[in-house]
Amino acid sequence: MGVGPSSMENLSLSVLTFYALAGTAVVGAAGVAFSRNIIYSALSLMVSFLGVAGLYVILGADFIAGVQVLLYVGGVLVLTLFAVMLTQGIRDVEVSNRSVGRIPAIVIVSGTAVVMYEAVSKAGWADKALAMDESSTYAVGNALLSDYILPFEVASIVLLAVLVGAVVLTRKEVVAEDESS
Amino acid sequence: MTAAHGHEIVTHTSNLLRWIPLLPLIGAAINFLVGSRIQRKMGRGAVAGLATAMPAMSFVLVVMSFLQLKGYPTDERIIIDHVWKWIHIGTLNADIAFQFDPLSAVMCLVITGIGSLIHVYSHGYMDDEPAAWRFFALLNLFMFAMLCLVLGDNLLMMFLGWEGVGLCSWGLIGFWFSEMANARAGNKAFIVNRVGDFGFTLGVFLLFWTLDSHGAGTVVFRELANSVHLIANDQLWGTTVATVVTLFLFVGATGKSAQIPLYVWLPDAMAGPTPVSALIHAATMVTAGVYMIARMNFLFDMAPFTGQVITTIGALTAFFAATIGLAQNDIKKVLAYSTVSQLGYMFIGVGVGAYAAGVFHLVTHAFFKACLFLGSGSIIHAMHHEQDMRNMGGLKNYMPRTYWTFLIATIAIAGIPPLAGFFSKDEILWKAFNYNPAIWAVGFAAAGMTAFYMFRLVFMTFFGECRADHHTVEHLHESSGFMTWPLVILAVGSVFAGFLGVPAALGGSNMFEQWLEPVMAHSAHGGGHDVHGGHHNLTLEYGLMAGSVLFAMCGIFLAHLMYNRKSINPDGIAQIAGGRLHTLIYNKYYIDEIYQVVWVDGSLGLAKMLSWFDKNVVDGIVNGAASVTKLVSFINGRIDLHVVDGLVNKTASLVHGVGGAVRRIQTGSINAYLYVIVIVVTAVLFARTW
Amino acid sequence: MFESVGLHHYLVVGLILFCFGLFCVLTRRNAIGVLMGVELILNAANINFIAFSRYSAGSYDGHVFSIFVIMLAAAEAAIGLAIVLSIYRRAKSIDVNELQGLHW
Repeated sequence: MGVGPSSMENLSLSVLTFYALAGTAVVGAAGVAFSRNIIYSALSLMVSFLGVAGLYVILGADFIAGVQVLLYVGGVLVLTLFAVMLTQGIRDVEVSNRSVGRIPAIVIVSGTAVVMYEAVSKAGWADKALAMDESSTYAVGNALLSDYILPFEVASIVLLAVLVGAVVLTRKEVVAEDESS
Repeated sequence: MTAAHGHEIVTHTSNLLRWIPLLPLIGAAINFLVGSRIQRKMGRGAVAGLATAMPAMSFVLVVMSFLQLKGYPTDERIIIDHVWKWIHIGTLNADIAFQFDPLSAVMCLVITGIGSLIHVYSHGYMDDEPAAWRFFALLNLFMFAMLCLVLGDNLLMMFLGWEGVGLCSWGLIGFWFSEMANARAGNKAFIVNRVGDFGFTLGVFLLFWTLDSHGAGTVVFRELANSVHLIANDQLWGTTVATVVTLFLFVGATGKSAQIPLYVWLPDAMAGPTPVSALIHAATMVTAGVYMIARMNFLFDMAPFTGQVITTIGALTAFFAATIGLAQNDIKKVLAYSTVSQLGYMFIGVGVGAYAAGVFHLVTHAFFKACLFLGSGSIIHAMHHEQDMRNMGGLKNYMPRTYWTFLIATIAIAGIPPLAGFFSKDEILWKAFNYNPAIWAVGFAAAGMTAFYMFRLVFMTFFGECRADHHTVEHLHESSGFMTWPLVILAVGSVFAGFLGVPAALGGSNMFEQWLEPVMAHSAHGGGHDVHGGHHNLTLEYGLMAGSVLFAMCGIFLAHLMYNRKSINPDGIAQIAGGRLHTLIYNKYYIDEIYQVVWVDGSLGLAKMLSWFDKNVVDGIVNGAASVTKLVSFINGRIDLHVVDGLVNKTASLVHGVGGAVRRIQTGSINAYLYVIVIVVTAVLFARTW
Repeated sequence: MFESVGLHHYLVVGLILFCFGLFCVLTRRNAIGVLMGVELILNAANINFIAFSRYSAGSYDGHVFSIFVIMLAAAEAAIGLAIVLSIYRRAKSIDVNELQGLHW
């Protein structure tokens, strides 16, 4: 990439924002990966999601950022916390997040990281910037209801199936428990 | 013909319009949210009063708007209220906007006027109902949805109301849901309506899509009227697009307006409280299909084939439902089949292109049928929820006001001049005669049957000896003023509503048709050849009128002989054709049973068949593949053993050893799988990068 | 390297998130922890989608794809956690190393 010589004086506000948000996302992700307490893992995940949402905003994807906050932070995370509470019990969350085989995992992951970094650096990505003057919500809405109408409709069916599936999966066991008791 | 719409329409704007549907919505919201508390603290009257005030205020607004509209020149009679932008995607522009034109005005007057009366009546009828707040909230919500349906200025707003009234109808039919039959009736109404709604949406989609391909995609009625001529030459499935679209829309109308083959829900819908039957299942919601066709008249004019279909279905429904009505004993069931039959007349009207006549019958029918239903409600209320006419009789002495109003409404529906039903029904029959005398004949026969079964109902209920048990007779009394005054007003309406549309042949000027003229610019090209004065075939028209009146009189006289003077034994008539005909009609031609077998059991059976297919065929294939594999390995083993042992044995043991080693990959440990995936992907990436 | 932010930077952020997610998935014994790792990986992919959309695609297709990814992530979380719950009810454990019943 055509990046000039590094000079700390020229740090503009936008660059600073990027690093702050990227740092938030990365630190959060590290927390997810290394925390011993699963509650802390979940909360770190939230921090990471919010950092990523910020990155979306500076990438001009305001709608995606909104969806990220609503769906991930508001939905997925709450769901995760519920699952933690339902399966762990409040008392024994302390040692709830044991890890195994850290050494081989670190080896494999760093190998993957190196290879991927090489791939990212070597590939000649097309350079065609997006005109940022249009509202992304409007454009995404139009794309979803015109070019992507079929996937959009299929997605609604998938979500319906998920809804039914989640109910069936959790309900069956309740019935079984009733029979056993 | 469509070029007549080419000029720009002059419209007026008003911010008052939005309050017409909004007020009932506010009432519904209050009663849904805090209604139970209001009822507990301030009594049922507060809930009912609030719920009645809202549509009554809407009625005042409608009258004001109506007078405003009347002040404009004929071709400027449109008031628009644009509330806010709703859906703007691509070429689709649908707004929350209301349109008040002569057609909407007529519908709104009927809905809010009769609706308010029925709210008042409900206060008397539901006087022992613990969940009155829920009833009134749903009733108000229904008013909102129905007003959206008739006031919306585009197809999407109409659809919003269309679905909304269906939802409220479901909630109100199953209002006493603790009884399974009521809940099932609600579900039946909703599901049957979904079938029709599916057709309706397909029609809207196809219309928008076709117009869009001409660069004029729109769902707003005014713009549709201007640009619909663009699709005149488009073909689809061997016919014009207009025909396909209108047929789809008509499927929607058959669902909502209870026509063959989707009428089955309406008789069951009588499970709801009687005011609901009067408001939703007689006066307003079921006429939505007629309104929709009248609203889209410019499109239906382009599809003569659809007109034939609508006319035929309408005539068949009118006849078919009337025959069923002859043999029913449940007072509300008779009225329900009568409603289906009368709706058939309206569809004959709009089918032959006489939209104004169809809407006119809609209005008069709203008066006398609401009156009949409320009257039957008054009887049922007094009889402690007895609905079987065989246990009634002699009620005219106990409930004089109910009797007189009911009698007036019955004469009106029977088509005796000068009451409302005569003018509107004969208008339709006359248009039908010009279109196709066969349709007229069917409608004529149904009219005679209507007179017969309606008077059968009157004689069985109000005349003779009371057949109720002693306890009920002791408590028989006229209903309270809340219930009787709406009856009186509706009876007056049943008498005079007909004079709005006195045809030219009888010296009138048909004000009603003239009023709707701006909306129905094309109706003159349909069946109504005599729009501008009946200067031809006046004799014929008089003859037909006299004939239908005479025929109705015969029906009444026959009912009188059979059920009042008892000089003809009804059972003797029932024994004609070995009683089979009577059994067939009494059991409603077994249509419900047939539908149960074909559709309900059919879809359940299909589900079971698919499940069986999955269990036996799909699993069978999987198991079969396994068996084949087993067989192959078995043969392999034999070959190993008998043909090439020796050296091959070593190969075999090698394979065994490798297999034994390799199967350890299948550890069941997710981590192990993950490691394999990650390593392989990384290796591939590595190979591609370096 | 610090003065302007480009596609490369976002890809690196995505890469780091992916690696943490992968590590999480590989090492966690708690099934919910594994699912959290999967969410991180999906987020990493989303960052790439949006970054490519911004810098090298010139269209909003990337946004649409990331919406579908988010949608599927939500679906996956719902179903995944439902499965975890029913496994927990059956086996009284959600330790992925103990749940090895599906092997030879």
